[in-house]
Amino acid sequence: MLELKGLKVRYGPVEALHGLDLSVGEGELVTILGANGAGKSTTLMAISGLVDVSAGEIYFEGRRLDTLRSHQVVELGITQSPEGRRVFGPLSVAENLALGAYSQKDKPAVARRLKWIYDLFPRLDERRGQMAGTLSGGEQQMLAIGRALMAEPRLLLLDEPSLGLAPLLVRSIFQTIRAINRAGVTIILVEQNARAALKLADRGYVMEVGRLVMEGPADKLLHDPQVQSTYLGGIEPN
Amino acid sequence: MEVFIQQLTNGLAVGGIYALIALGYTMVYGVLKLINFAHGDLFTLGAYLGFTILVSFGLGGRIGVGPAVALGVMLVMGLSALAGHIMERAAYRPLRKSGRLSAVVSALGVSIFLQNAIMLVWGAKGLAYPADLLPRFVIPIAGQPVPLLRLVVFLTSILVMVGLYAFINRSRVGMAIRASAIDQGAAKLMGIDVRQVIALVFMIGPALGGLAGLMVGVSYGQITFFMGQLYGLKAFTAAIIGGIGNIPGAMIGGLLLGLVEAFGAAYVSVAWKDAITFFVLILILVVRPTGLLPERVAEKL
Repeated sequence: MLELKGLKVRYGPVEALHGLDLSVGEGELVTILGANGAGKSTTLMAISGLVDVSAGEIYFEGRRLDTLRSHQVVELGITQSPEGRRVFGPLSVAENLALGAYSQKDKPAVARRLKWIYDLFPRLDERRGQMAGTLSGGEQQMLAIGRALMAEPRLLLLDEPSLGLAPLLVRSIFQTIRAINRAGVTIILVEQNARAALKLADRGYVMEVGRLVMEGPADKLLHDPQVQSTYLGGIEPN
Repeated sequence: MEVFIQQLTNGLAVGGIYALIALGYTMVYGVLKLINFAHGDLFTLGAYLGFTILVSFGLGGRIGVGPAVALGVMLVMGLSALAGHIMERAAYRPLRKSGRLSAVVSALGVSIFLQNAIMLVWGAKGLAYPADLLPRFVIPIAGQPVPLLRLVVFLTSILVMVGLYAFINRSRVGMAIRASAIDQGAAKLMGIDVRQVIALVFMIGPALGGLAGLMVGVSYGQITFFMGQLYGLKAFTAAIIGGIGNIPGAMIGGLLLGLVEAFGAAYVSVAWKDAITFFVLILILVVRPTGLLPERVAEKL
C-alpha cells in the first residue's frame, strides 16, 4: 500500500534520513521505534508532504507521493495525528473536528463519521463546545486522533500518541488505536513506548539516527535481545 | 456641540478608513507573521485607480453617478486585489522558506517600487478628485449639517468589516484562514492548501485597502503618490492598538484612532494631531503591551 524507497531528507546541511526503505501493507498496523532524533517524525512528515524529500521516492497504491503537496496527500486518504498533538487551541472541539473533514465533500458521510468519532471518544462529545487549548493532554490526544480520522483516511499516521499521558490513559488510547485498525484503517504508529507499540503492531521497524537497523514481525522484535536491551529496558513493567 | 458633532462624524469616517487598511496588515500578520510594509502603497494605488476610472475616464458621465460609483468600487477592489496577488507571487512567495527578515526587506522594496511606479504613471504632482464628482448632500444630525458622504464612508467601512468578520468566522474558507493563522503545519495536515489561503489573504487585504484609497480620494480630493506612508503608518498603529493579528481589534483600533485624531485636532491643536495619535499608541502599549484585544494568545483572526 505504502512504499518508501531510499528516502532522504535534509534540514539545511544536516541529513535527517539517509536512505530509508519501508513498506506497509493494506490493513497492517506497523510501528516505527527509535530514540529521539532517529528520524521517525521526519519520516511521517515526509509522507504527509510537510518536509521536502531530497532523494528517493514514496509510493501510495502505486502513485508517486513525494511530488504531491500536503493537501493532495490528504485527498488521497493519508492523514496524520502529529507529534505534540497540535490541536487548534483557540477553536472548539467541534471546529477542530470539522477542520479534520476539510477535504471531505460528502456532508452526510461527514456527519456519520463525526458520530463514529464521538462514539469512539465520548469525552470529546461531552466537550464539543470547549476550546481545544483548555482540554487535558489526554483529551487533546483524542482530539488529534479524532481529527485525523475525520477525513476517512485509509492510512493513518500516529506520532507518539502516548506522549505525556498517564499509564491508564495510554492503555485506553492504544485500545482505541487497535479498534481503528480493526475498522479497516491501515496505521503507522511511531512510538517511544516500544513495548506497548510492539504488543499492538503486526510488524515493526527500528530506526537509529536516520537509518533502519532492524525490521520484522512485532512479536519477534519484542523478544529480540538487542531490542529488549535498547528499547524495552530489559525489565517487564506491565 | 457643533464642533463635537462635526469631529465625531469626521473621526468615525477617518477611523473607518484606518480600520479598513488596518485589516490588511492584521490579516497578513495573522497568517504569515509578516508586516506587509507595502500595504499602504496598495491603498495609494486604489486611490489612483479610482481617479483614473471615475475622473479621467469619466465613468459617471457615461453611465450615471450611481452605477459609476458601484462599478468603480468593484473595479478598484478587483484591481487592488490583483496587484496584491502579483506582489505576493513575485516578492513574498519565493522567500517563504527564507528568514522572516528577508520578507520584511522585500516588503520595503515593494513599497518603494509601488511609490515610484505610481509616481511615474500618474506624475509626481499629485491629483485632485473634483469636488463635484458626487452630489454633496448634507443631512442634519443634532441640528448640525453633516456631509452625507462622511456617513456613507463610515457605514461602508462598517458593512465591509462586518462582512469580513462573518466570512472569517462562518465560512469554510474563513475557517481555513483561521486554522492557517493558528498553525500552518497542522492546517496542511487537515488538507488545507495553505499556499492558496495565503494568496487569498493577500487579495482580501489589498481589496479593502484599495477601497479605502478610493474613499479617501472621493472624500478629501487630494491624492499623492506618497499618501500611503502616513495612512499606512496610522493604520498599522490602529492594528497594533487593537492587537495585531486580531480582526475585531483592527476595527476597534481604527475607529478609536480616527476619533482620537479628530478630537485631538479640534480640542487640543491641529498641529499636534499626529503627535497625539502616537502618544495614544504609546500609552496603550504601556498599559496593554499586546494591544486592546489580544488575550487568548493564539486567537489571531
